[in-house]
Amino acid sequence: MADFLMPSLGADMDAGTVLQWLVKPGDAVKRGDIVAVIDTEKTTIEVEIFQTGIIQKIVVPEGEKVPVGTLLAVLSTEGEAAAAAPEAKRAAPAPLVLAPAPPTPPAAARVVAKTTPKPAAPHRVRISPLAMRVAMELKVDLAAIKGTGPEGAITKTDVERAAKAPPMPAPAATFEGRAPAAPPKPAVAPLDRPATMRKVIAAAMARSKREIPHYYLGTHIDMSKAMRWLQEENLKRPVTERLLYSVLLLKAVALAADEIPEIKGFWIDGAFRPSEAVHVGVAISLRQGGLIAPAIHDVDKKSLSEIMVSLRDLVKRVRAGVLRSSEIADATITVTSLGDQGVETVFGVIYPPQVALVGFGKIVERPWASGGMVGARPVMMASLSGDHRASDGHRGALFLTTVERLLQEPEKL
Amino acid sequence: MSLDAQKVKITYREAMRQAIRDALVRDQRVFLMGEDVGAYGGCYAVSKGLLEEFGPDRIRDTPLSESAFVGAGIGAAMNGMRPIVEIMTVNFSLLALDQIVNNAATILHMSGGQINIPLVIRMTTGAGRQLAAQHSHSLEGWYAHIPGIKVLAPATLEDARGMLWTALEDPDPVLIFEHGTLYNMEGEMAVDAGAVEISKAAVQRAGTDVSLITYGGTLGKTLQAAEQLAASGVDAEVVDLRTLRPLDTETILDSVMRTHRAVVIDEGWRSGSISAEISARIMEGAFYELDLPVERICSAEVPIPYAKHLEDAALPQASTIVATVTRMMGGHG
Repeated sequence: MADFLMPSLGADMDAGTVLQWLVKPGDAVKRGDIVAVIDTEKTTIEVEIFQTGIIQKIVVPEGEKVPVGTLLAVLSTEGEAAAAAPEAKRAAPAPLVLAPAPPTPPAAARVVAKTTPKPAAPHRVRISPLAMRVAMELKVDLAAIKGTGPEGAITKTDVERAAKAPPMPAPAATFEGRAPAAPPKPAVAPLDRPATMRKVIAAAMARSKREIPHYYLGTHIDMSKAMRWLQEENLKRPVTERLLYSVLLLKAVALAADEIPEIKGFWIDGAFRPSEAVHVGVAISLRQGGLIAPAIHDVDKKSLSEIMVSLRDLVKRVRAGVLRSSEIADATITVTSLGDQGVETVFGVIYPPQVALVGFGKIVERPWASGGMVGARPVMMASLSGDHRASDGHRGALFLTTVERLLQEPEKL
Repeated sequence: MSLDAQKVKITYREAMRQAIRDALVRDQRVFLMGEDVGAYGGCYAVSKGLLEEFGPDRIRDTPLSESAFVGAGIGAAMNGMRPIVEIMTVNFSLLALDQIVNNAATILHMSGGQINIPLVIRMTTGAGRQLAAQHSHSLEGWYAHIPGIKVLAPATLEDARGMLWTALEDPDPVLIFEHGTLYNMEGEMAVDAGAVEISKAAVQRAGTDVSLITYGGTLGKTLQAAEQLAASGVDAEVVDLRTLRPLDTETILDSVMRTHRAVVIDEGWRSGSISAEISARIMEGAFYELDLPVERICSAEVPIPYAKHLEDAALPQASTIVATVTRMMGGHG
């Protein structure tokens, strides 16, 4: 038996409301299926399940608000499910055998045991521990991989091969087995979201400023090469596939974070836990007020076009109020761009337990001296808010200059 | 001056003799004792000529009584000497197990930290010379089980030359296991080779595809296997443990974390062996780095046979290492 608990979908979530169940007892689910819609006071989230099995019981009904970690549903894993039926049959005659002669049950019991079919061994994917870890990082569906290791075991090479294999489906779709047909209709009256969201943001940001010793760095970046390249690139693309310059910024941040590992990861229980994957949280403001920063996964490994698709999808779903649990909880670094709003500089507040936040301002034409000449260039202010527990200003500076360097070679992004 | 001019051709036996001679010269408290170490020059001729140079007080022949002369060595160490006790083979050391395990390894503890035993015991180990089942076993893994002693396995000329002095400087008992097939190994060594540290394993060959972890008599076979594997495109790393107790887990894990595959080659028997301990530590420390199960290549679980073809078949060989690694790498090199 496995428990499905109310997940923690971010540092600022203490409790969630089950808006809707997308499964019922008896339904088979597999890892990655979306099983419920949860309201976190900040947004509505489609919650994925991480076990494979059969839903036995729904514990928390729709509309109820419960703390993080509360048992929401019970499911039986595959092996148990297979064993469950014979178990029931075996249980019935047992009292008949045992009741007449309680002192001498062993013989009878032995007979019963012998005739009972052995429960089928639970089916396990043969995969090496390393390959499993890599598969989780790359979000590769194990079912689709053919193992070439001993007795068909999946090795790291197999996973990497599968991850590279085209076409890479849209993000998160790999684990999505049961997407709801229509956007879920809240079963309960929506909460007073703006007010509760304010409270939630207040708690997270107060915690950040209370616990995280921030340091701040900023640098001006000459965006002329990037903007020129983007213009030429977009001319080649159909309108629907054109890129926004934010995509260049996201990719540059992700690649720079790969080079400076102290920037991405989490500070948990007094220690820095670096993350190999770069899931970039994108701060998106909501029309009704407030903001949310869901993650685009593995930005460093995605092409610009893939990032653009992810970004567009994310913004659309944020505005519609439907996000997936994995997007909410696992950003390893966050980017905020307030350029659209017209400001040139933003020094952000780190979203715990992350350890860095990158801010981009508006691109403005400025006099720019280079090689003894002054000219007008599009210039953008990039900033870094770093957690001094995890990194020092020196490494932070290296990170920012790496972002700058990468933006000077946009064709390589 | 060319590099060669600073090197000298030397055998493992001579390197070991240099080490003993150097220790005798450097420290008046050092003496050598064991069966046939004096007049006969040592069963493996390691101490040849030392009796003539240092006299019978410092090169002492003993009766055939391992328990007595190891016990005498412990007593001498307790009283301020720095004895080197030679036991002819590891099989015979079993007669002195009581002295080694119950006394040498425990007295520091039993005396509440008052009495150290700065004793070095050297002995031959291993098979491969058709000496049959009572002179050929590899029991150093047993000794590596015992807290209170250190267990060294010099597999190179440098370690044969350098480990003894460091062992003598250690305030506690150190056992040195010299594999019998190594004495005739000849190679080049720096003329000024001296003491080496004894707490770290060494990467004798760097590689990226698989970690071959071994020590002592199987190091040569493993390096040979690594060269053969290189010819077929498999880049094997060879880790020489050098010290079996305390094990340098860090170096082992560091290697496995880079290669994600490990094979332990150990001339001891598989069941309850040092190779089992190493495999367990890899599982404990690098489980999520492993792309294949750890493999072990050990001796067949039989008394080591006398007949050459049977002895060869019972021991880990370069060909078995190559075959195992090739099977592991399968279609994905």
